[in-house]
Amino acid sequence: MRFYEFEAKRLLGKHGIPVPKNALAQTAAEAERLAGELGSPVALKAQVLSHKSAALRSADSPTQARQAAEQLLRLDDGGRAPKGVLLEPRPTAAQEYSLAITYDGIAKLPVMIASTMAGNLDEIADQHPERVVRRHFSALFPHSEYRAKELVSALGVASADLPRLTSIVSRLAELFLKYDLTQVEISSLARLADGNFVALDCHMDMEVEGRRRQKAILDELGIPPGDSRAPREQTAFEIEAAKIDAEDPRGVAGPVVEFDGNIGLVIGAGGGSLTTFDAVKKHGGKPANYAALGGNPSVKKAQRLTKLVLSKPGVEKIAVISNVLSNTRADLVARGVIKGVLELGFNPAEKITIFRIPGAWEADGVKILRKYGVEFCDRTVSISEAARRAVEKMRAAGR
Amino acid sequence: MGVLVHKDFEFIVQGITGREALNFTRECLEYGSKIVGGVTPGRGGREVYGVPVYDTVREITAKRKVDGTVITVPLAFAPDAAFEAIDAGIKLLVIITEGIPRRDASAIIEYANLHGARVIGPNCLGIIVPDVCRFGSLGGPAVDCRKAFKPGIVGVMSRSGGMTTEICNALSQAGLGESTAISIGGDPIIGSTYAELMPLFEKDPETKAIVIYSEPGGTAEAELARWAQEHKSRLPIVAFVAGRFMDEMPGMSFGHAGTVVEKKVDSPADKIRRMRVAGISVAEEIGDIPGLVKERLRAAGA
Repeated sequence: MRFYEFEAKRLLGKHGIPVPKNALAQTAAEAERLAGELGSPVALKAQVLSHKSAALRSADSPTQARQAAEQLLRLDDGGRAPKGVLLEPRPTAAQEYSLAITYDGIAKLPVMIASTMAGNLDEIADQHPERVVRRHFSALFPHSEYRAKELVSALGVASADLPRLTSIVSRLAELFLKYDLTQVEISSLARLADGNFVALDCHMDMEVEGRRRQKAILDELGIPPGDSRAPREQTAFEIEAAKIDAEDPRGVAGPVVEFDGNIGLVIGAGGGSLTTFDAVKKHGGKPANYAALGGNPSVKKAQRLTKLVLSKPGVEKIAVISNVLSNTRADLVARGVIKGVLELGFNPAEKITIFRIPGAWEADGVKILRKYGVEFCDRTVSISEAARRAVEKMRAAGR
Repeated sequence: MGVLVHKDFEFIVQGITGREALNFTRECLEYGSKIVGGVTPGRGGREVYGVPVYDTVREITAKRKVDGTVITVPLAFAPDAAFEAIDAGIKLLVIITEGIPRRDASAIIEYANLHGARVIGPNCLGIIVPDVCRFGSLGGPAVDCRKAFKPGIVGVMSRSGGMTTEICNALSQAGLGESTAISIGGDPIIGSTYAELMPLFEKDPETKAIVIYSEPGGTAEAELARWAQEHKSRLPIVAFVAGRFMDEMPGMSFGHAGTVVEKKVDSPADKIRRMRVAGISVAEEIGDIPGLVKERLRAAGA
C-alpha cells in the first residue's frame, strides 16, 4: 500500500528524520498563497500514487506556483484526481545521497542500501555499482546502530557527517520495521552547507498484510481501512465482486479485475488463475475479466460471481477453468455456476464454453454438467488445452 | 527415500482443532502419515481423529522425538507458534498460515537459522512423497491425493499450492510420477527457495528431473538460474512461469503476495530470460511440461 509523499514525510518527520518545511495545497489559489508563505522558489509535487515524472514542477514566484498547481491538479492518477499538491522550498545541496530499505528474499532479511549519488537506487546500482553499498539487518533482534554505521562508513563518509548520517539510517531502519514497510526510498538525501541532512524525496510502501496492526498510525494519517491505494480506481464491476466476497464467508471470490474482451472467466484462484488467464490470451482469446473463485466457495458465491461476470456488457460466453482442486468441491462450483446461468435466462450448454474443475466431488459435478449438456473436461485435459477449446468455441460462434 | 520426509517421519499439527486443520489431519492420517500429536492452547487433553491434543509443543517433545510440525494457526499467533516449535527442538516447520507480514516471516526464518531448523512456507501447503508421507495439506482428501500424486522420478517445487497438485497430476498422467513435491509458498519471504532445496533433490537417488512452477514477483528464479549456472547438477530443470500477461500491466496485484510486480527485474519475461540462459527449459504452456521433462531426460540419456 503506497503512501502519498506528504504522508511519507509526516512519518519521517515524526521519527526525527529531517524533511523540508512543506505544505499541501488542494487548489491552485491555495498553492499561490502557500508559495508566498514558504518563500519562492518552491518545488511542487502532485500527490499521486503512480510514479510520474510529470508530477514535479518548480516555481520562482507565487504566480508561477499557481499555474504549475493548475496543471498538476489535472493529472490523471489511474482514474483518480491527485490528492493535492505538495509545496516545499528546495534547498541547495552540498552533497547528495540516496537511501533505501527493502526486503531481500534471498537472504530473507531486511536490507539497507545507500549511494553517494542521488536518484533511483536500482538504476544507480546498474550503472555505478561501485557507488552503492548494502547491509542486511535483523528483523528479530532490537536494531543495532553499528549496522547503519558500517553502511555509512562503507560509503566513504567520515568525520562529523558519519554520526549524523548514521543516525538517519538507523531511524529509517527502525521506522521500516515498526510500520511494516516493504519499501522506503529517499532518492535525494541532501547534506546542506551547514552540515545538516534533509530528505528531499520519499517513496514509502506499507505491507497490506500489516495494515491490521498499523491501525493507529493509519488513523493518525487519516487513511480509512477501505482506502485500498490500488494503482487505479476500482470499477463498479470490481466493487460488486468485492461485495459478493465480503457478504459470504465461505470461499473466496476474487481478485476480480475488469478488461474489455468478450469471454468471461470464472477461474480457480491463486496460481491456477494466472495460468488460465495466460492460456486464454495465448490462444488468442480476449478476456472480459479476471474473476477468480477458490477456497471451497458456497453454491451461492459461485452463482453470484457467475451472474456478475455474465451481466458485464460485452461478455458473450464464459469459460470455467480451474487447476486440480484440493479442497474446493467441484460439485458445489458446478451447481452454483449453472444456477447463475439459468437465472439470467441463458442455456448453460450455449453460454459455457468449457468447464474444467477436476478434483474433490468431481463425479457429482459431472452429473450436473451432463444434465445441462455443458462440455466439460477432466484432469487428463490440461489447462492450456481447455483454454484452447474455449477460445475455439468463441471463434466458431463468430466472436 | 524422498526429500525432507520419509516413511517413518513423525510430525505434529499446531492449531489442530481449527476447521482446515481438522480436515487435513484426517486426510493425512488416511494417506498414512504419522501424526503424533496436536497443539491448541486451552484444548489439551482432547483428541482429534485419535491424535492427542496438548496445550504446548514442549509436552510432546519432552516425551518423544518429533521430526516436524505443520503450523496452521490464526495469523496473529503464527510467529509465536513457530518460535515455540523451534525452541522445542523441532527442525522442520511447514507454515501454512497465510498473510504473515514480511517482518514476521523474516524474524521466524532468522530464528530458525540460528537453531538449525528449516522452514517451508509460509503460505504453502507442505510436502508430499507419494504413497509414503503427506506432510501438510497438499492434494485434498486421500482418494484425490492418490489420483494426482504417483511415486516417480520428478522433484517438484511450486510457489502455488494449488498448482503443485495440477502439475503433479500432469506428471502422473504422463507416467513420470514424483519423487517429492514441495509447495514452497507464494510469499516474497519464504523459508526455503528453489535454489536452497536443489541440493537435497540432487542427493536423492529417486529424483531424475526437476519441475518448478513460478509466479511474478520475487528473486527466487534469478537465484535458481544463478545456482544452475554455478553447479553442475545432474538434474535437468523444467520451469513454468505463470502470470506472463502481467508484463503488460505492471503494478497490478492479483492477490498472491508474490505476484505484485514491484520491479522490472522480477517480471515474468525477465525470469524466463534468466532461466533460459542458465539452461533451464521454460515451458510455453502448462500442458507442455511432461513432454519437456521427457525430452530433457532423453537428451541426458536417462
